[in-house]
Amino acid sequence: MTTQSDFRAALLDAALPVPPGLLDGQGQPAGRRYAVYRNNVAVSLAEALETAFPAVSKLIGAENFAKAAGLFLRQEPPSSPLMMHYGAGFPEFLASLEPLQSIGYLADVARLEQAMRQSYHAADASVLDPSRLQSLSEDQLMSARLILAPSVRLLRSPWPVLAVYNFTMNDGAQPDAVAQDVLVTRPDYDPVPHLLPSGGADFVSALQNNLTFSDAMAAAGAEFDLGPTLSVLLSGGALSDIIST
Amino acid sequence: MSNTIKTVALVSAVAASFAAHATTATAMDKEKCFGVSLAGKNDCAAGPGTTCAGTSKVDYQGNAWTLVDAGTCASIELPAMADGKARMGSLEELERDLPAS
Repeated sequence: MTTQSDFRAALLDAALPVPPGLLDGQGQPAGRRYAVYRNNVAVSLAEALETAFPAVSKLIGAENFAKAAGLFLRQEPPSSPLMMHYGAGFPEFLASLEPLQSIGYLADVARLEQAMRQSYHAADASVLDPSRLQSLSEDQLMSARLILAPSVRLLRSPWPVLAVYNFTMNDGAQPDAVAQDVLVTRPDYDPVPHLLPSGGADFVSALQNNLTFSDAMAAAGAEFDLGPTLSVLLSGGALSDIIST
Repeated sequence: MSNTIKTVALVSAVAASFAAHATTATAMDKEKCFGVSLAGKNDCAAGPGTTCAGTSKVDYQGNAWTLVDAGTCASIELPAMADGKARMGSLEELERDLPAS
């Protein structure tokens, strides 16, 4: 008698024997069918990861990616049948893999790809009409809270993560050795990564934490130039509301 | 003029530039078409993980591997950052790299 847990344990570990007692339609032993099924589970999960993290795959090459994916899918098999969410732990896993230690930015590129996926699948929201930001009084603006759309993601990196991504996926220029903070917005249906200027990530992070406009400006520091960051937020449809307090 | 008053003026000006833009943008009604999503981004039956191609490939399970020289990472040179000395991240980011005390 093969229980479901016996059946499942051997699926992810090829070293375990085929569960006993499996029969095909004619009552004959079906061990080879199990081996095919076991292979399909691993290959399809690895392909799901490759579809989800194309930049990581290009960076390290398909062969290395397949090996990393094979290790990950056995360590963290899906906890949900929704494949679009599978691989949330993959960036952390990459960071922990010894053979990949020399590629310091790799995990952050994976985090960027994961942020883009999450953004794609986030809920829709109404977009703030920019005219509501006009003709506010000083007090009204400073005490207000800007609400971010559910599709907004913020990634802070000590690496040129967006430049590496663009170099790999869009034939971008050779990355310079600078830290990059990235804001992912979803203006229409597909997520777009934007480079944030200095202080921009602190400002957006403060908005994520539901701070007032005044406190968000303070968090961004005295040198912060709001204009470019506000333009990114408005052009990306990243603001869904302004709430006065 | 105080800094906050300057900020109010800036926000108003930036918002005004987008308010004009928004009017033209809404004129173009956008509709999502099935089948034209970015590859791998949709969650329909053809999404990742539902492939039948597995039968033609073989997964070789292994717990150790040596990185083979492949992929575009070989052509990315970030020498100054490799040893961490030239990292220009925020303090918060730099603290992340410190060993736990």
